[in-house]
Amino acid sequence: MSMSLIAAQLLNGLQLGILLFLMSAGLTLVMGIMNFANLAHGSLYMIGAYIAAALHAMTGSFVVSAILAVAGTLVVGYLLERLLLSRLYGVEDLYQVLATFGLILVFNQTVKIIWGQAPVFMSTPEFLSGTVTLFGLSYPSYRFAIIVAGLLVGLGLYLAINRTRVGMWIRAGASDREMIAALGVNIRLVNTLVFAIGAALAGFAGVMAGPILSIQPGMGEPILVLVLVVIVTGGIGSIRGAFYGALVVGIVDTIGRAFLPAIMRALLDPEIARGAGPAVASILIYVFMATVLALKPNGLFPAKYR
Amino acid sequence: MNTNMLSRMRLSNCVALVLIAAFAVAPLVAHGIGQPFYIVLISRIMIFAIAAIGVNLALGYVGMVSLGHALYIGIGAYAVAISLHSGLANGWAHLLIALAAGGVIAVPIGLVCLRTSGFGFVMITLAFSQMFFYLAVGLRQYGGDEGMPLPSRSAFFPLDAANATTFYYMAFFVLMLVLLLLHRLIHARFGMVIRGCKLNEARMRALGFSTLRHKLVAYVISAEICVLAGVLLANLTRFATPSYLEWIMSGDLVVMTVLGGAGTLIGPLVGATVWVVLEELLASFYIDLPWNLSEFIRSNWTAVLGIVIIVVTLTLKKGLYGFLVARDGGVR
Repeated sequence: MSMSLIAAQLLNGLQLGILLFLMSAGLTLVMGIMNFANLAHGSLYMIGAYIAAALHAMTGSFVVSAILAVAGTLVVGYLLERLLLSRLYGVEDLYQVLATFGLILVFNQTVKIIWGQAPVFMSTPEFLSGTVTLFGLSYPSYRFAIIVAGLLVGLGLYLAINRTRVGMWIRAGASDREMIAALGVNIRLVNTLVFAIGAALAGFAGVMAGPILSIQPGMGEPILVLVLVVIVTGGIGSIRGAFYGALVVGIVDTIGRAFLPAIMRALLDPEIARGAGPAVASILIYVFMATVLALKPNGLFPAKYR
Repeated sequence: MNTNMLSRMRLSNCVALVLIAAFAVAPLVAHGIGQPFYIVLISRIMIFAIAAIGVNLALGYVGMVSLGHALYIGIGAYAVAISLHSGLANGWAHLLIALAAGGVIAVPIGLVCLRTSGFGFVMITLAFSQMFFYLAVGLRQYGGDEGMPLPSRSAFFPLDAANATTFYYMAFFVLMLVLLLLHRLIHARFGMVIRGCKLNEARMRALGFSTLRHKLVAYVISAEICVLAGVLLANLTRFATPSYLEWIMSGDLVVMTVLGGAGTLIGPLVGATVWVVLEELLASFYIDLPWNLSEFIRSNWTAVLGIVIIVVTLTLKKGLYGFLVARDGGVR
């Protein structure tokens, strides 16, 4: 295996990590501030992808459909929080997990009713269909654009959270909700804002993933499980943890899937390795998560003040 | 007032007795009305009830919300499937192998999981079950992601498990056994300690109990009950597939438990019954409604189930049976 192959896979891992970060950022804050476990976050990602694909087919403009899809998921997220999820704040984890589990079923079926069971495809925008050359390595420009866009959004989030007043409220809310509420900040309103923006970010991740994945009902669940792995290993409520966690999970998962089967074929009986290779590669991130939680039960970068 | 209390006291117990009696006579009725199909359906209900009772021990009595108990159903199912494929037909041996494997896997997993609590626990149990899910998918020689059919049912000498009615009563017997075990367990000193952990773990520790050890034992017993359900499930469907280990399965089990009433003995049985019946009813919904609504519900029954889950969690937190128990004064 050549260096350029490894570099390309590293970039793929980075790109997956960026998508995971976009998904995790909003969810980890909501979980940190309101102790709210939202399993339906993956559905917002799915909705973003579907809206973008439908608009792209209609308007033909990727940028316009992306912007409208992000706005659309923002609205869906806002309504979801106001109408349903805010009723579940303060109840046990169990009921939050269950209600949002039910929501997943509803969203998947709704999408099936509107767009059908079969996967929907979305083409890569014209201006990003080529390749870029990085240090002599040629890489699809669309995937590169995901990395750049994700890093820009990440930088924006970092500035918003660390340099603005609202960002200060958010950070304070994640470490101690009661205290900041007692200081006169309307933390519920801040949380609604965070939820809606988190939904928009998930929608954005869905839009970006649209052209490289098949868009189908239930596409939110596999990535949701990865996102939850990221959040729990990074530390609930911690944006920094979500960022590092997402990169580690993205890279470990991609590199593992790309190279472990070959390595195992070299070491083991080929017949066994053919089946076990991909399985072990899928397991890697869960091993990583279990190890982190076993050593640091609150994650790598705990945000809660204890 | 007092007699009123007494008559209310009986209501939840009455429901429990009627339900169990109904399970006891169901095959006779099914044969009587010439619909032996129902025997398989009700066997499935009982098997899910057994699994939900296992989940309930962890969830309802200790307060450990596990989204990973499908793992143990998978262990039971694959223990049977792999044994049968390697030529071992003896069902008692299958049972032994499954329970041993369940124990060997549940103890270390429980030890690691119990380092976390709250949402961390939910996630780490999910992570472990995902590991085994992908492992099952990777078992190419045992069907990979498509799963594999079993050549026959396990041979539980001298019982004839191939007979649907005999198999039904085997499942019924296991269900009764598990209910009895749980009843004895939660009213014993051990049960007091784990319920104490749910209410206030720090206080239990201050009283000198090793809460970790008690919680671990509860976790392992709840896992082993799910292993039993897995052995039965593989035998019922004559199939072992990775979908038994999917996290949706764990979610379904939690839904059944909460729907019936977490932390009540009979709740999971009620929940499993209502859940499976609801699934069957919605998937074959045929009431004559305007605007083709009937057709709509039939083809979108999973969404209707989703709405049911949301409504239950918003309104009926104690669950169907738990509501009755609470009405009766909270005697569990």
